[in-house]
Amino acid sequence: MIHRLFSYALAAFAGLVIAPAAAQAHPHIWVTVKSEVVYGPDGTVTGVRHAWTFDDMFSVFATQGIESKKKGEFTREELAPLAEVNVTSLKEYDFFTYAKANGKKVEFNDPLADYYLDFNPKDTVLTLYFTLPVKAPVKAKDLTLEVYDREFFVDFSFAEKDPVKLVGAPAHCKLSIGRPQEMGAALSQQLSQLGADQRDPSLTIGSEFANKIAVKCP
Amino acid sequence: MSVKIVGRRPVVHIALLVTVIAGLLFAAGLFDGAFAQAAPFGAPRSQAPAPLVGGVLGWIFAKQAEFYRQFSSLLRAAKTDGSAAWTLFGLSFLYGIFHAAGPGHGKAVISSYIVANNETWTRGVVLSFASALMQALVAVVLVGMAAAVLNATAATMGRAVNVIEIVSYSLIIVIGVRLLWVKGRAFMALLHMLHRPAAVGAAVTPRDHDHAHHGHAHHGHAHHHHEHDHHHDHDHDHHHGEDHAHHHHAHEEEASAWGHAHAPEPEELAGPGGWKRGLSAVLAVGLRPCSGAILVLVFALAQGLFWAGVASTFVMGIGTAITVALIASIAVGARAWAQHFADARSGYGMLAMRGIEVGAAVVIIAFGALLLTGYMVTERMVGI
Repeated sequence: MIHRLFSYALAAFAGLVIAPAAAQAHPHIWVTVKSEVVYGPDGTVTGVRHAWTFDDMFSVFATQGIESKKKGEFTREELAPLAEVNVTSLKEYDFFTYAKANGKKVEFNDPLADYYLDFNPKDTVLTLYFTLPVKAPVKAKDLTLEVYDREFFVDFSFAEKDPVKLVGAPAHCKLSIGRPQEMGAALSQQLSQLGADQRDPSLTIGSEFANKIAVKCP
Repeated sequence: MSVKIVGRRPVVHIALLVTVIAGLLFAAGLFDGAFAQAAPFGAPRSQAPAPLVGGVLGWIFAKQAEFYRQFSSLLRAAKTDGSAAWTLFGLSFLYGIFHAAGPGHGKAVISSYIVANNETWTRGVVLSFASALMQALVAVVLVGMAAAVLNATAATMGRAVNVIEIVSYSLIIVIGVRLLWVKGRAFMALLHMLHRPAAVGAAVTPRDHDHAHHGHAHHGHAHHHHEHDHHHDHDHDHHHGEDHAHHHHAHEEEASAWGHAHAPEPEELAGPGGWKRGLSAVLAVGLRPCSGAILVLVFALAQGLFWAGVASTFVMGIGTAITVALIASIAVGARAWAQHFADARSGYGMLAMRGIEVGAAVVIIAFGALLLTGYMVTERMVGI
């Protein structure tokens, strides 16, 4: 009996100390995403062009200490070193871009050298432009593209207006956009039907909350 | 007091239990590390999507993100509208409270430290506030020096934070190792002592022999009982061998009151030197500034309102301190609760308490190690 009480006490202590650590960080960076899916003349998907606009707090932080001719404004040239750092370090995070063609994972090469950062002095926000080329261009009847951070440190969301464009896509291709909030109700219902210790492998919860683009070219 | 037969089994049970729990604590730490496998710079990333934080925690995260997102517009507004500054401080306070519920901010380390050291509630609260306010101070000094004075870049500040992190996490490990050394020895000493009656039994050792005359001659006399306590250090063994039944009561009390004399007394740990040691915990935990505070400070600086950023950071610190103090209080309460049962179990209860302390020290080391290796990321420094 006493033993059991002890184990409870110890378990309570363990939970107390450990549980907070399991928690994840909340986002510190917000990114508004605009993307273009680029098609080759043969109708294959060749790459994804991103334009990511960072929130003002992070943009100001990121540009802190960078020399500029005009105070409070930065040219592309002045921001070139920062753009390089960003693009290089993004590799480690798979560029937060996950694509599937006909149900198969699409691999990307390193971004093309034409990447750059723009600074909007009015809103004090940075926008990063870069293109991810597809390693092996593929004819995709069914293409999905998601942009999200697994750790939710960076909160990605598609822009309100014209978030995605298809460039050079075959005429019959149809684009649809899923936003995280639109998935909320259906997913939470699905989740509520699962027991606390149950796992449903068909549910990929993290990506359900991602911004999802689907392109169908039947 | 009621334990008459000091068998081997309970000792084994408790020792086993404590080992299992310590192992679990450690495993849980590793498990968390695997979950929070953020590992920004270098470590492998898990292929599975991050688990969704639901329920209360999810709500907490949503709230703090909501508060945080308003900081920049409030700081902009504060340039022309003084009331926006007050809203900013109010939200900073709430942000601090909510934010501290998440990772970082040393709740786990402070709580484990308190449990391991049997700190008082007051001291727990003071430690929580001191470490949270130090975090705020470090953020202000860092941004004040680096950004305001030296006009350093974000990358430079990120590197500075990295160095600070390494120092902070190493200090956490050092504190844990020191505690493990002290508490581990206390645990082993007590275990050894509790084992003796059963293990040694009536076996005659040379030491017993030396004191045989003394003990035997005065055995049973109340007056000499007192004297026997004085001589405890040398004729302890002997008493077990010869006077087990008669002096059992005295022995029991001794056991429940901090066992053998080699272990540091709790009063000793909570004594004047205890504050100095507490300072090391404050330093280890408080060194690491919060990324959110750094961003707010840099943004405020850019708006020409550095003071508002500084005030906001300290208000955040107070909010953080309240949450950490609350969790520390629970730790103090949990320990007192365990102590309550421990007292009822005399010797073995003590052993379990010592075991908990050892476990807490192991947790501190595990946290420090996981943080240092970047396996567990409390809060990634911004700089994608």
